[in-house]
Amino acid sequence: MKNHVLRPLFVVIAGVALLLIVRHFMVPKDFGVEEGGSFTYNFHRLSATDDWKNFKVKYHGREYCQECHEENVESILASPHAIIQCENCHGPAIDHPDDPEALVINTNRSLCLRCHTYLPYPTSQRADLPGIDPDEHNPGEDCVDCHNPHNPDLENM
Amino acid sequence: MSCSRRDLLKNTFKATLASALPLSAFKMLSPAQVKASVGDSNVRWVFLVNTKKCVGCGLCVKACKLENEVPYDPPITRTWVERYVVMKNGQTHIDSPMGGRDGFTDSKIRENEIPADEIAKGFFVPKLCNQCEKPACVQVCPVGATYQTKDGVVLVDRTWCIGCGYCIMACPYGVRFFHPVYKVAEKCTFCYHRITKGMAPACVQACPFGARQIGNLKDPNDPVAQIILNQRVGILKDEYGTKPQAYYIGLDNNVR
Repeated sequence: MKNHVLRPLFVVIAGVALLLIVRHFMVPKDFGVEEGGSFTYNFHRLSATDDWKNFKVKYHGREYCQECHEENVESILASPHAIIQCENCHGPAIDHPDDPEALVINTNRSLCLRCHTYLPYPTSQRADLPGIDPDEHNPGEDCVDCHNPHNPDLENM
Repeated sequence: MSCSRRDLLKNTFKATLASALPLSAFKMLSPAQVKASVGDSNVRWVFLVNTKKCVGCGLCVKACKLENEVPYDPPITRTWVERYVVMKNGQTHIDSPMGGRDGFTDSKIRENEIPADEIAKGFFVPKLCNQCEKPACVQVCPVGATYQTKDGVVLVDRTWCIGCGYCIMACPYGVRFFHPVYKVAEKCTFCYHRITKGMAPACVQACPFGARQIGNLKDPNDPVAQIILNQRVGILKDEYGTKPQAYYIGLDNNVR
């Protein structure tokens, strides 16, 4: 073969070789398709799934709180607020009691108004909840000044 | 033909062994049967949303953002709640301020007063990733950074995503967004780190009204699977053919 054919051919071969070498080092060893998978939907770095499994859990649920705060869990379970998880108002436990040592309770009016602003929607459960007009019902004051979230009905207090 | 005692015993033993082999050892299995017999294919995560129970408190959105470290104040979220108010004259008002993160605490919609006596129907629809059986977002990924796990959840490999945004464009449900911290595509994972430990996703746990549920479609005794298989449920945007796996109770034709 003539030189003018071979020279560019060598360049191409060198390019492909370089690409394969770079690819060998760049692509993770476990890149591929899991057993029973397809290239359309399952082509990936296999250990990525473990990365997601090891993501940190922050919300631990009522049972976790109950281990130490038995009384508080009992009081909320006896109230109409029994359906609300502790961490919705107290914030995610994360590594409590180590980190954070204390959880900051959200006593803001806006937290209560999420459910208790009256909205006249006939096909939603929202209209059935005890609701107020936030502009009429003691505007500017915190709900917790009068209502105990663990026993919210004023007549039962 | 001569036959020694030794050969006779040998051959008898071989013949006994061969005849003891069950015929089923030679049975041809379909690929699906083989697939079912190996690996973890007995889980298919599905989501069930009961829009009739949702009151629009937005605690699911708040819990999701804090659990999954989605920046709290930018208008990005893995799950969100939409409000639909259909008037008696047919006009429809739809909104989702901050994805419903702070709940719906105002009867005004986009600064418009909505007269209560003219409302025909009003309701809330929580939305999240549908974890499609045939995810368009995965097909378009040019680098193999997003994929479907064996149990049906679509994940993004943050170390491998190049942030091109094709998947964000491809998702018919607008579920994906760009993560401003990691600079990669971001989406709902059904809280994969929680469901694989036997916990409920953060949004499911946070919902006080039981409007959001997760289940395993391949377990016939799973309460969520039973509802999906035996009751009337709807899905969103069937026409895209992605086979979404988030099922809805109480959908309306105004919900897109």
